[in-house]
Amino acid sequence: MRLPNWLGQHLAAFRAVLVFTVLLGIAYPLLLVGIGLLPGLHHRASGSLLSSGGRDVGSSLIGQSFVDADGNGIPRYFQSRPSAAGDGYDPTASGASNLGPESVEDTDGSPSLLTQVCARSLAVGALNGVDGRRPFCTADGVGAVLRVFRRDGLTGPATRAVSVNQPAPATPFVESFEGVRVENAVPGEDYSGGVLTPVRGDAPANPAVPPDAVTASGSGLDPHITPAYAALQLPRVARERGATEAAIQRLVDDNTAGRSVGFMGGKRVNVVRLNLALDDEFPVR
Amino acid sequence: MSTTIAGVFFVLSLVLFVALAYRWFGDYIFRVVSGTRHSAVERVLYRLVGVNPAGEQTWPVYARSVFAFSLLSLLFLYGFLRLQSKLPLSLGFPGMSPHQGWNTAASFVTNTNWQSYAGESTLGHLVQMSGLAVQNFVSAAVGIAVSVAFVRGFARSRTQALGNFWVDLTRITLRVLLPVSVVAAIVLIAGGVVQNLSGGTDVTTLTGGTQHIPGGPVASQEVIKELGTNGGGFYNANSAHPFENPTPWTNWIEIFLILLIPFAMPRVFGRMVGDKRQGHAILAVMVILAVTSVILVNTFELLHNGTVPTAVHAATEGKEVRFGVSDSATFAAATTLTSTGAVNSFLDSYTALGGMVPMVNMMLGEVAPGGVGSGLYGILMLAVITVFVAGLMVGRTPEYLGKKISAREIKFASIYFLITPVTVLIGMAATMSTKYRETMLNVGPHGFSEVLYAFTSAANNNGSAFAGITVNDQWWDTATGLCMVIGRFLPMVFVLALAGSLARQRPVPASAGTLPTHRPLFIGMVVGVVIILVALTFLPALALGPLAEGL
Repeated sequence: MRLPNWLGQHLAAFRAVLVFTVLLGIAYPLLLVGIGLLPGLHHRASGSLLSSGGRDVGSSLIGQSFVDADGNGIPRYFQSRPSAAGDGYDPTASGASNLGPESVEDTDGSPSLLTQVCARSLAVGALNGVDGRRPFCTADGVGAVLRVFRRDGLTGPATRAVSVNQPAPATPFVESFEGVRVENAVPGEDYSGGVLTPVRGDAPANPAVPPDAVTASGSGLDPHITPAYAALQLPRVARERGATEAAIQRLVDDNTAGRSVGFMGGKRVNVVRLNLALDDEFPVR
Repeated sequence: MSTTIAGVFFVLSLVLFVALAYRWFGDYIFRVVSGTRHSAVERVLYRLVGVNPAGEQTWPVYARSVFAFSLLSLLFLYGFLRLQSKLPLSLGFPGMSPHQGWNTAASFVTNTNWQSYAGESTLGHLVQMSGLAVQNFVSAAVGIAVSVAFVRGFARSRTQALGNFWVDLTRITLRVLLPVSVVAAIVLIAGGVVQNLSGGTDVTTLTGGTQHIPGGPVASQEVIKELGTNGGGFYNANSAHPFENPTPWTNWIEIFLILLIPFAMPRVFGRMVGDKRQGHAILAVMVILAVTSVILVNTFELLHNGTVPTAVHAATEGKEVRFGVSDSATFAAATTLTSTGAVNSFLDSYTALGGMVPMVNMMLGEVAPGGVGSGLYGILMLAVITVFVAGLMVGRTPEYLGKKISAREIKFASIYFLITPVTVLIGMAATMSTKYRETMLNVGPHGFSEVLYAFTSAANNNGSAFAGITVNDQWWDTATGLCMVIGRFLPMVFVLALAGSLARQRPVPASAGTLPTHRPLFIGMVVGVVIILVALTFLPALALGPLAEGL
């Protein structure tokens, strides 16, 4: 029996889908699962798990949180970067904040990226005893952003200025702007008629708290921090652990990787491995 | 070594290896698609599928085979996604909703790999490896097959025959995609990419909390996701996830895999039409556009303009420490210059102008170098438009590679070009003028950029996202699914129709008035045509989004 051409094509298509599913969807991945069982590859193919005292404590590739129940950093551990994965470093919800470069105005229940950066910088600064100020941040750790109302809409003299991220009872970060007194924001009020004006302030352009300490990674599972952030935390961890800075520095160096092949990627410190080594060598009772 | 210098070396090393691949891998693909001897395995496959490998097809039959295969793939994958909970290795996840199932099936069959779901919390291992990863292979092979059939239109004369789709599909899959995937997957496993069928490991962390370390057949899917310019991540965080892309050197390999086939295709073209210089010219167009774009994204990200990046003192939000800003930016350029759409850093948090460049890359129509196959036929369509424009300037009938570009041919090329922008702008307008615009995460121009990016990505079959918008609802799933199908298959009709029309012609001998299409003049003209067409089409929309935010 001869099938009409269009039906023949669809029959061939149907058979092709099945054949390719068996070949590419079953045989190919299972071959690689098999190869992944070979010695030398098995540890990596199954997730580079780290163990301590006979039980699994994580993966050397997946970051962990080192914070207490209130979300404050535990001082005896090196701190990881902020994370947008679930409640922080949740591998069942990997992902980024997806907030943009001009996310500067807080809305009900969700702080802007700028405010998050400012608050983190202040907290990291306090934890490590350095200046946590940043450009465009207020002293109380929110985005220094005004809504400026002008006589002719976008132009003309200012008629009113509101510090949008500072509801009462906060003190506005500047008293006045272009001769107008700056007001506190009132939650729920609509300020969209004003021009959004971030205010730079006088914080140093290159703050003491490094960039990776105040920004979340793309995966939310970044196991690394920069050597600069590790160096910032080192004196604190040494103090908390009752160890010399040189001893801690040795562990940091052990867990620091340079660029691959000399030019790929960035120099980085693996926080999970570092903290595991700390617990092994300098346990805190 | 400073960060910038390291980033420059990173790009230069990629350029070097892609240049080598152009020559050697291009010649290899040429031999695969023009060979007539079939291996024993291939003959078994032809018998199972029930096709005669010696039978050549006319353009309508070739097109019908493409669509029949894609339609059956779509239905099969849709069923797979809906029925997941009844299948083994589902990890306890339910089947997908009808609209999300449609969106995901359309997305993977069209080589887009837009994802309105998060892999680790939605899909079990069987659906990923036997549903999605299979489409990663065959949708890539379909793209290459169509581009090869198109080039046969130039290379052949006075014939109706454009080759046999089933043979092209099988040979490309078995001889090009599969061997590279196996080797690269082993390399990635050695770098730390996971490959197992475990449901995951629950661990107690150092501070006494719990963490679920996921498992999965990731390496096998990761390689073909890059090699086939697909881009759909096993996990939500895509190539930013440490289990998909654990080290700076796996990052380099993944970018190389993304660029490998698209940049080798002009060589295949040059060899098939019997004039390697024609391939060099097309390659030159792609390289000029691609290198410019890589430099621009890197520059904007390293300069870190904008309020938040200034406060931070670097554009590190959404980027991994192990890659750094520069290699993340290079990945972003590579993934949008091709039709991959995988990301190793999150574009929504890029600087305004740094995030605009990936969007413009897609608006170029994915031609520099574009997706596997689709990039080649895309740039050749633009080359056809260029010879037409050049013909108008001097007032003679344009010709390309000895084939006359008459009214019929230029109509096909023009409609081909118009389909994508029309789809993008209509989808965009429909969203912004209705209540669906409230799905934006960010407000103002950045929110506009999110919507513009989403439709650009869907219609160009890229699949990357300004991920802030909530896209898993009925409107977005349905609308972007339609855009993906229209943006993929409608242009293919015109590509194959044009191929059929060219193949029938008898070649015109070159004369003194023929525009040489392998010289710098022509290369410059194609670059100009690409940029002018895109600027005329998309500048108003860009002005409302990223330009308004960044300037």
